[in-house]
Amino acid sequence: MKTYLILENGMIFEGESIGAEREVISEIVFNTSMTGYLEVLTDPSYAGQAVVMTYPLIGNYGICRKDMESQKPWPDAFIVRELSRLASNFRNEYSIQEFLKEYDIPGIAGIDTRALTKILREKGTMNGMITQNIDRDMEELKHVIASYSVKGVVKKVSSDKVSEYAPGDLDTDSGIQIKRHVAVLDVGTKNNIIRSLLKRGCKVTLFPCNAKASDIIGVKPDGIMITNGPGDPKECLDVIAEIKKLYDSDIPIFAICLGHQLMALATGADTHKMKYGHRGANHPVKDIFSGRVYISSQNHGYVVDENSLNKNICVPAFINVNDKTIEGLKYINKNIFTVQFHPEACAGPKDSDELFDRFINMMEVR
Amino acid sequence: MPKLDFIKKVLVIGSGPIVIGQAAEFDYAGTQACRSLKEEGVTVVLINSNPATIMTDKDIADMVYIEPLTPDMVKKVIIKEKPDSILPTLGGQAALNIAMELDESGFLKENGVTLIGTTHSTIKKAEDRLEFKKTMEKIGEPCAASEVVNTVDAAVEFTRTIGYPVVIRPAYTLGGSGGGIAYNEEELRDICGNGLRLSRVSQCLIERCIAGWKEIEYEVMRDGNGNCITVCNMENLDPVGVHTGDSIVVAPSQTLSDKEYQMLRSSALNIINELNITGGCNVQFALKPDSFEYCVIEVNPRVSRSSALASKATGYPIAKVAAKIALGYTLDEIPNAITKKTYASFEPALDYVVVKIPRLPFDKFIHASRALTTQMKATGEVMSICTSFEGALMKALRSLEQHIDSLYTDSYSKLDDEDILERLKKIDDRRIFVIAEAIRRNIPYETIHDITKIDVWFIDKIAILVEMEKRLISEELNEELLREAKRIEFPDNVIAAFTGKDVSDIKNMRKKYNITAAFKIVDTCAAEFEASTPYYYSCFGSESEITEPSTHKKIMVLGSGPIRIGQGIEFDYCSVHSVWSLAANGYETIIVNNNPETVSTDFDVADRLYFEPLTPEDVENIVDIEKPDGAVVQFGGQTAIKLTEALIKMGVKILGTSAENVDAAEDRELFDEILEKCRIPRPAGKTVFTTEEALKAADELGYPVLVRPSYVLGGQGMQIAISGDDIIEFMEVINRYEQEHPILVDKYLMGKEVEVDAVCDGENILIPGIMEHVERAGIHSGDSISVYPAQSLSDKVIDTLVTYTEKLAQSLHVIGLINIQFIVFNEEVYVIEVNPRSSRTVPYISKVTGIPIVKLASQVILGKKIEELGYRPGLQKKSDYIAVKMPVFSFEKLRGAEISLGPEMKSTGECLGIAENFNEALYKAFLGAGINLPKHRKMILTVRDEDKEESINVAKRFINLGYEVYATRGTANYLKANGVQVVSVNKIEQEAPTLMDLLLGHEIDLVIDIPRQGEHSKDGFLIRRVSIETGVTCITSLDTANALLTSLEHADKSHLSVLDIAKL
Repeated sequence: MKTYLILENGMIFEGESIGAEREVISEIVFNTSMTGYLEVLTDPSYAGQAVVMTYPLIGNYGICRKDMESQKPWPDAFIVRELSRLASNFRNEYSIQEFLKEYDIPGIAGIDTRALTKILREKGTMNGMITQNIDRDMEELKHVIASYSVKGVVKKVSSDKVSEYAPGDLDTDSGIQIKRHVAVLDVGTKNNIIRSLLKRGCKVTLFPCNAKASDIIGVKPDGIMITNGPGDPKECLDVIAEIKKLYDSDIPIFAICLGHQLMALATGADTHKMKYGHRGANHPVKDIFSGRVYISSQNHGYVVDENSLNKNICVPAFINVNDKTIEGLKYINKNIFTVQFHPEACAGPKDSDELFDRFINMMEVR
Repeated sequence: MPKLDFIKKVLVIGSGPIVIGQAAEFDYAGTQACRSLKEEGVTVVLINSNPATIMTDKDIADMVYIEPLTPDMVKKVIIKEKPDSILPTLGGQAALNIAMELDESGFLKENGVTLIGTTHSTIKKAEDRLEFKKTMEKIGEPCAASEVVNTVDAAVEFTRTIGYPVVIRPAYTLGGSGGGIAYNEEELRDICGNGLRLSRVSQCLIERCIAGWKEIEYEVMRDGNGNCITVCNMENLDPVGVHTGDSIVVAPSQTLSDKEYQMLRSSALNIINELNITGGCNVQFALKPDSFEYCVIEVNPRVSRSSALASKATGYPIAKVAAKIALGYTLDEIPNAITKKTYASFEPALDYVVVKIPRLPFDKFIHASRALTTQMKATGEVMSICTSFEGALMKALRSLEQHIDSLYTDSYSKLDDEDILERLKKIDDRRIFVIAEAIRRNIPYETIHDITKIDVWFIDKIAILVEMEKRLISEELNEELLREAKRIEFPDNVIAAFTGKDVSDIKNMRKKYNITAAFKIVDTCAAEFEASTPYYYSCFGSESEITEPSTHKKIMVLGSGPIRIGQGIEFDYCSVHSVWSLAANGYETIIVNNNPETVSTDFDVADRLYFEPLTPEDVENIVDIEKPDGAVVQFGGQTAIKLTEALIKMGVKILGTSAENVDAAEDRELFDEILEKCRIPRPAGKTVFTTEEALKAADELGYPVLVRPSYVLGGQGMQIAISGDDIIEFMEVINRYEQEHPILVDKYLMGKEVEVDAVCDGENILIPGIMEHVERAGIHSGDSISVYPAQSLSDKVIDTLVTYTEKLAQSLHVIGLINIQFIVFNEEVYVIEVNPRSSRTVPYISKVTGIPIVKLASQVILGKKIEELGYRPGLQKKSDYIAVKMPVFSFEKLRGAEISLGPEMKSTGECLGIAENFNEALYKAFLGAGINLPKHRKMILTVRDEDKEESINVAKRFINLGYEVYATRGTANYLKANGVQVVSVNKIEQEAPTLMDLLLGHEIDLVIDIPRQGEHSKDGFLIRRVSIETGVTCITSLDTANALLTSLEHADKSHLSVLDIAKL
């Protein structure tokens, strides 16, 4: 069915409907990963956004549910140039078309995704509407589209209760000996963060985003992990207040992505929205202390402001080689380090996987 | 880390002559790397025996040695030039081997030369089979289980431990001869027994068979700091079993999930870390299609064909970055030349699909086996870029210039389904067309997949193309259907054929609905960052990124497409130099080409690069956007010349010699008129269309006659017929494709062949020099040994040659380059061929005379006169040096190919011997071609009756060199009767010991076997093949044999000089 993408600046792309045939308004962001569309779709950090894949052929290897990074896909919509009509892979269970329908994700295919990406690059991230009906007042519609903003998404994606994980869960080896206990503050976690901890002999207690610091400290974890997640970090005032308390405890902390931003905000630094963010599997980050460059998986639209850092509290530990933005912080006199990128990969390279080992080594062995 | 201080002067080793498996990609990589080194203020000394390369130009390197690539010659250059470092990772396997030898012998250390870009242990660990296996085991990377055996029993024993099927690879045989796949013990015993017999060291490798697995490659970079990135990965459409060079390859991979992609990526990085690579590296994997199991097939610790492809596919200049890494830079310090905002430590993200298809030489070797195996057979390749796989495949197919622009060919339409299923089992270059035919008959995907093991994703994509064919045939062509057909890149002519319409109808319809090609930029980053690099590809149904084409004066240069026998790297040399010269004269340049291996498709050569098929429609799309002020077609070989007419129709001005005059040189009647007017004789000849006419013409002219199609390059389809039977056979071959132009039948004169390249400005000509062939007429000029300056021509003949060249150039109103081939027969000069365009010998003659012919020709094309350019017209002064161009062949790679030489070109490359005297130059040329004799001082001689007299002296001279000469009975009796002591040996069909046993004794240095023209004796063929496959030099002309003798008689390796041609 003919479907349209209308941008807040009034530009219209015509394509075919994929997934659910319904109307949606969302913030449009692009991702440059050439593989890993299922991981992208199920990454909670995309809640409240519509994702454009810059790679033109999507769905080639179908859907393997084991590769999902959470219970369901989160983007409001999915935008591609072409969905493969046939999926081929030994683990393929069903097609991406069926998957999108199953979870009621609307989308559009057959548009010039490169042209769209260039607009987002030039003008910055903007909102758009996917609709089957363009026979309406454009000026009014543009206003409606522009007024959308990503809100309340952390609560939406976070788990609603405390849960426990041990080796054996999430397809890990149940024979792994438990040596440490990690509390994970879930502000939109990807499964592979938990899995990366389980694989390293951690028992995991997962706390929802509204958990109190006292509850988290109360389970006497050897370390605390603050996860990735969606939206504007500054919106999470309650979470930031609790994280400040975690900072004040002397428990080792490792934070990723939104977690990294929240910790920065909790300790007095500032964040700002980037023009169009970093979303892909090819971003070089440099470890300032070793000089080593890692190719990382990234998905963020906000970044910690370098000028806002108090050198007595934290210093940059990683920077982005391309635009020199902050990619990681080391906290002074604290067992805390945080990164903007995704060492848990999925989708993307596992080059910085060893950061989990670094975290493990920060904790005492039980 | 900044540049390493001690590196001031670097020796770069090239890869030598073009052979199958080692082609233009090394010129591309070498040229890019040399420029990258010079950019850093490093002095570059270059050694490469291949004169047709751009890297051997004096503007690319500071000192240029066109010398044989042997350790001894490299040592001489090092002693003379005293470089502080040697960079061996740009010249393929040949360069790595030499560097290893010099390092191991302690020579580098003694002379204070540091190996950069790699280390001894890196090369050893990657290249030595056992070391490699050990290293992989150490880091837990799986390899296919294998073992080296010396007996059949050992092979059977080992196979019990790993299970059937197994692959048998005999050691030291060429072209994979003697190898194969065994599915049971009986087959194993049979194949292995044969393999051990063929192997010089009686050794075979038995390996677990992973044929049918997915073949995946990663191109990775690593710097001295241990930072690694992958430039791209590639998936072979053809599963393991077909050499990646012969496979259809797609980038990035299409059927791997992120889990598989990252698993192999991590493995590749793990491997290059362990090997401590600094620079570029290629890792090949086999991935089991139904599990996560994988094997490392091979690692190339250097730039390679795949790295050239990856560079062009992504825009990431691997060789350039590798050179910078060798100087000590780290990836995060090297800016990305395309975005200027990112660094070399950024992994390219593609937002398009790239398809590569190999160019196979079976049109030249019609009797060779077309089977594709683990031995590469392709001479070149084409690449295409599109937003869909179907589109990229269609574009690549037509880029091949093999008379087929879609997946439809009627070769299979007459076969029944059973035959199609049988044909699917054959793994050859036509398999994709057979798959399309199978789909046309509704044979299920699963059946096709079970036979071919090709992933169903690819089969479905082929099916989408077949479905479009069906729709075009059965449905009314409306706007929607046309849009869809164009989206998947059906060219107008194919749409016209399927819909029964005219090409012009399709074109008009496209105009009406505004269905036009859009151009997109290759930017390494999927549009994430702004890129200003003008590297474009086209697609339909998209927005064009060229919004405001430049209004500067601009010229379009048409490239030469894939490397094939007869149209090789030399045309890329000409195209690139033309671009540079036009740019130096203030023009903007646009290059159109589809060959990923070449310098011309490097994004910084021309002002704008269009990576597109070279067909009229594709070129017109570019013309519509760019509106060039003119086009140059004379440098891109026949590929570009063929576009002349179409360009004129588009309203593009052809710069240089006009189209009518190009025609006049090819059109027999027009040409005869010109010759008559100029009073220039040519061998008598006629034009024909049918076999009957050809027979009649031959009768009138008298045998032998030369038969050939017009408008071809490299003597394609050209044959010497000595009888009516030959005519019938040759005509049948020529007429397999519909001939637009008549076929030429000429009287064959067996004289001396002479060749001239000249620049003509419309009035005056400049002849840099005259080249003389060692072999008498009848052997294609590209396959002959060629000597400059000519050694045996009288002054009178030289004067005549110059006069004829002048007259012809003027009569044909040549503006630019002209190449003329003459026969000198009894002091008379005859013209046999005139090509008003650049030729194969242009780079060679430019280099040995120091006269930059392409540069001059390009300026002449722009209206300058020879005298204005500082040259005196006419034949230039002879150089003080003699240069001998030696053809190089790749017969060992092509099973079943006839190696005897004739009028159809068979060589894949060439090397040069240059020295102060003829004998030394000749010796160097043979050495450069890999003929390094004597070894065992035993040889075999079998000749035709008419050559027996001449063979007496040949045999005597070999005996004087200490050779033991074996001859078959006829030849032996004749030689004995004439007082030559030779050993008589039985023919193959006679009782043992025969010629074959002699060859398999692995003690023969040389076979001289002169076949009769048109001979089809299995015996001779077999002997020639077995010699080639066991690595024995085989010569099929007495002229070549005499030249070899002269060279051996004067061989004195210790006195070989080395010459910096940049100082000529």
